Amino acid sequence: MAYTAKALMLLAVLGLAACNNPDRYGAGGAGGAGGAGGAGGIGSQGLGGPSDPNSVAYFNQTIGDRVLFLVDQSTLSPEAQTILAQQAQWLQSHADYAIIVEGHADEQGTREYNLALGARRASAVQNYLISQGVAAHRMRTISYGKERPVEVCPSEACFSKNRRAVTVLSMGAGA
Amino acid sequence: MSRLRQFFTAVAAVAALAAPAMVATKAEARLTLNLGNPVVEPMPFALPTFVDEGGAGDLAAKISQVVAADLAGTGLFEQIPSTAYIQQITSFGAPVSYPDWQAINAQALVTGAVQTSGGQVVVKFRLHDVFANGEMGEGLQFVGTTDSWRRMAHKVADAVYSRITGETGYFDSRVVYVSESGPKNQRQKRLAVMDYDGANTSFLTDSASIVLAPRFSPTGDRILFTSYSSGFPQIYLMDVGSLAIRGLGEQPGTMTFAPRFSPDGRTVVFSLERGGNTDIYSLDIGSGQLSQLTNSPAIETAPSFSPDGSQIVFESDRSGNQQIYIMPARGGEPTRISGGAGRYGTPVWSPRGDYIAFTKQNQGRFHIGVMLTDGTEEKLLTASYLDEGPTWSPNGRVIMFTRQDAGGEPALYSVDVSGRNLRKVATTGAASDPAWSPLLP
Repeated sequence: MAYTAKALMLLAVLGLAACNNPDRYGAGGAGGAGGAGGAGGIGSQGLGGPSDPNSVAYFNQTIGDRVLFLVDQSTLSPEAQTILAQQAQWLQSHADYAIIVEGHADEQGTREYNLALGARRASAVQNYLISQGVAAHRMRTISYGKERPVEVCPSEACFSKNRRAVTVLSMGAGA
Repeated sequence: MSRLRQFFTAVAAVAALAAPAMVATKAEARLTLNLGNPVVEPMPFALPTFVDEGGAGDLAAKISQVVAADLAGTGLFEQIPSTAYIQQITSFGAPVSYPDWQAINAQALVTGAVQTSGGQVVVKFRLHDVFANGEMGEGLQFVGTTDSWRRMAHKVADAVYSRITGETGYFDSRVVYVSESGPKNQRQKRLAVMDYDGANTSFLTDSASIVLAPRFSPTGDRILFTSYSSGFPQIYLMDVGSLAIRGLGEQPGTMTFAPRFSPDGRTVVFSLERGGNTDIYSLDIGSGQLSQLTNSPAIETAPSFSPDGSQIVFESDRSGNQQIYIMPARGGEPTRISGGAGRYGTPVWSPRGDYIAFTKQNQGRFHIGVMLTDGTEEKLLTASYLDEGPTWSPNGRVIMFTRQDAGGEPALYSVDVSGRNLRKVATTGAASDPAWSPLLP
């Protein structure tokens, strides 16, 4: 992995850690002052290719950073458990990453219920990762409810991708 | 004493604080609208442009238009076009020729006058019961600053509405909501506040963080909302006057959301999520004391107090899907009140205490509905791809909510509690999560 790329990412992550704001969608907000994390991005650009097993890109794309859920469910499917087991393995051998598990819901639900449902999904993932040996203190959860869909269309093709929990890595705070 | 008469007395007393009430003309109150009727024919009314009694300029016409729009906007009244008028009202004090108004079938006639001087505006009106050949209640005047002319107009309309219907009005009120912009996968949200009819929009926050579901305090001076400004969803309290914001009940490692005031404004009831489980808590704003009201592995959220503060209605999926329950305000065994097909969420207790408004999700459609507090007499008022989050007008007559058509932008709509008069509210851009203020003082 390119040394400079890792260093750059570390800088970006330190910015985030400094304002303690995991909201990669926001700009830090009124209270958060933004700081170096102003753009909020922990993109995978410049973090090595998906074929480099030590790269975040590998975690995000080759293993898969997300698992999907059925309507109104937070149960982990066998496919989801397979992905999470691989995530856990990777996380244990890369102990310097801190982890935010984001829970999301599709738009077919009331806003507040979906926030709670997203929290349930994030928590299901967190608990599974803990059961696979990832230290609890490295992880936090956040729910976005239906506020941050990845796909925008009013049909199941999009809903199914939006009912997700995403494991987001950042360096530093977890060690 | 009739109900109308009693009500009239109350209105006059309130108005008299702001301005000397004018001399009453005795008249028999006959002009009534029974809102309990299943079918209400809109009452035809005439409202000639208010007379300019000095310095009013185009304000007289603008105020007249707002009064007429308020009344017609209820769906209960229908304005007769001015081209049909026989008598021309050119002086507020001149006698009204009732046969001229009877001839065009005006049931009610509102006459008025506007005067401005030194940054102040005085608005006077009289309500005439045309077929009773006399005034209904006494003439009233309202005084305010020129830039609050719309409020003066709303106060006139509220007075007319309440005299005829026997209910308090709702026109002099505001709505706080979430203004939305940008692509849906990167939505920018900010708190905005507007008059109930969409006028006078101003923004209360910037769009740096996601903000959700604002709620007015019972006196309208504070707003509760949920924001991601710390990175995690958390409830905040805003002072409307200064826009100062402070966090409430922060607990590390938790998410808090769905806040709502108690009727006395001292307590906030909300949802707190810990370890994936969401329960309902209450927080005493003064002392900061936190109490847990529900304790189950299910999702408990969207709490709303009864108007007397003794009970809380909320939603829980403890039965397997979202249903509506009522529990004592201090917690305790809840009683399920929803029982039909589908899922029921976002219950909100009517300010009159009679109904619970809710969002219902069934067979891929969303509805706004109402039911009595024991769950009976369920009535669905709307249906669409996505309707959610009802909020009551201060008099419990109208419900505003968020509607989003498939693939479309969210917008605010209102509907009468009878299911009539569905209307889109004219907001500045996409909007969601409306919350109605109390009637302004």
